Amino acid sequence: MRAFAYEEPRTLAEAGALMARPGRNQLLAGGTDLLVRLKRREWTVDTVINLKRIAGLRGVEARGDHVFVGPLTTLDELAASELVAKRWPILVETVHEMGSPQVRAMSTAGGNLCNASPAADLAPPLLCLDATMKVWGLRGERHVPLREFFLGPGKTALEPGEILTEIRIPPALAKGCFIKFCTRRAMDLAFVSVACAAVGKDVRLALGAVAPTPIRVLPSVEEAMKRCAPIDDVRASAEYRREMVRVLVRRALARVAS
Amino acid sequence: MKLRLSMRVNGNAVELEIEPHRTLLEVLRNDLGLAGVREGCSTGDCGACTVLVNGKPLVSCLMLAPDAEGASIVTIEGLAKDGKLDPMQEAFVAKGAIQCGFCTPGMILAAKTEDIPEGNLCRCTGYTKIQEAIREERRTTRPQA
Ligand SMILES: Cc1cc2nc3c(=O)[nH]c(=O)nc-3n(C[C@H](O)[C@H](O)[C@H](O)COP(=O)(O)OP(=O)(O)OC[C@H]3O[C@@H](n4cnc5c(N)ncnc54)[C@H](O)[C@@H]3O)c2cc1C
Ligand code: FES
Ligand code: FES
Repeated sequence: MRAFAYEEPRTLAEAGALMARPGRNQLLAGGTDLLVRLKRREWTVDTVINLKRIAGLRGVEARGDHVFVGPLTTLDELAASELVAKRWPILVETVHEMGSPQVRAMSTAGGNLCNASPAADLAPPLLCLDATMKVWGLRGERHVPLREFFLGPGKTALEPGEILTEIRIPPALAKGCFIKFCTRRAMDLAFVSVACAAVGKDVRLALGAVAPTPIRVLPSVEEAMKRCAPIDDVRASAEYRREMVRVLVRRALARVAS
Repeated sequence: MKLRLSMRVNGNAVELEIEPHRTLLEVLRNDLGLAGVREGCSTGDCGACTVLVNGKPLVSCLMLAPDAEGASIVTIEGLAKDGKLDPMQEAFVAKGAIQCGFCTPGMILAAKTEDIPEGNLCRCTGYTKIQEAIREERRTTRPQA
């Protein structure tokens, strides 16, 4: 990697002040996306700002009637949380489809969402669960529904200087499934992923890797086919992806209905 | 600008000055001479650089060295106790689970917490013997489990 400066703010205000300085900076959470991009020279950076020493950004807890996931919670911590396992086994199932144990122990939930890969695996199940993102900035705090958070590949609703500080999930239990379709069984990015969850009688469906962002769609094969806009790349052709959307959505809806 | 980094490595307190853009892998291997930390892909895919950080297997190629401040690190060099190999190392030797040996340190460290390491590749593809060695170690050291 090319040289850069490194900062470890202790508070959000300190982090905000560092981000307001001139130059290109990047936040560091687990680093599993950031370091790969810096090594491949896809990104250049003057300052890396490590969020890990800021208190209160890590862990899963129930408060009032919602569950709050700190963005710095690692994927293995998320899957090990009893709160999560009891209400949303779909999240545990999803985490087990991600990376390797070493990568899951480093990667954070917030990093997965803020990186905004169309194939980010946590996105489809969290879209089904109606998650909301709490965002902090020097000008104040705001809440952004996850459905409005992704703007394009690598692009989120975060403004310069903003930090994701909480992922809020409504408490309703969900029965669901996550189907990740990739060439290898372990350590691969999805070329199609489908999350389907029933919250009471309400069936919800979301797709990954078949549009510029992960998308929530109405729960039917026709709607999924209408909304998906996959691309050709080294991993699969657009045509094949469309066919797999058809197959996997049918399968996911059947699984949740049974 | 250089930063001070203090951590424990294989039980010893270590203090050094590092540039912040270096990875834990580079510092362990180059500055501390721990050549058992292997650099394969350098992008998190192969597991060759696996070390234990506060007891958990992580890939050191994706960990920024300054992020290891205050951590306790164990590399393959730190597993033997009083000149005796760790039971997992013994099992790998006994079962012939080592061919070229490149993947072995990462494989053994990942096997400390995982049944069958899922994030470690073996270019020699000796997976059957690796699985046998891990099962053998489990059988002999944790017979009740
Ligand atoms: C070998 C390997 C396998 C992988 N497998 C998968 C997989 O199966 N599925 C999958 O979805 N991903 C996978 N990934 C990608 C990656 O591990 C995940 O996206 C991970 O969750 C990213 O989290 P992180 O904490 O490491 O992010 P980082 O690299 O620390 O950060 C990613 C980006 O998000 C920004 N960011 C992080 N936290 C915040 C915050 N709180 N507020 C604002 N911005 C923030 C950072 O600035 C950076 O731009 C894999 C990566 C590797 C190396
Ligand atoms: S060198 Fe770190 S995972 Fe391959
Ligand atoms: S023994 Fe050669 S890479 Fe595994």
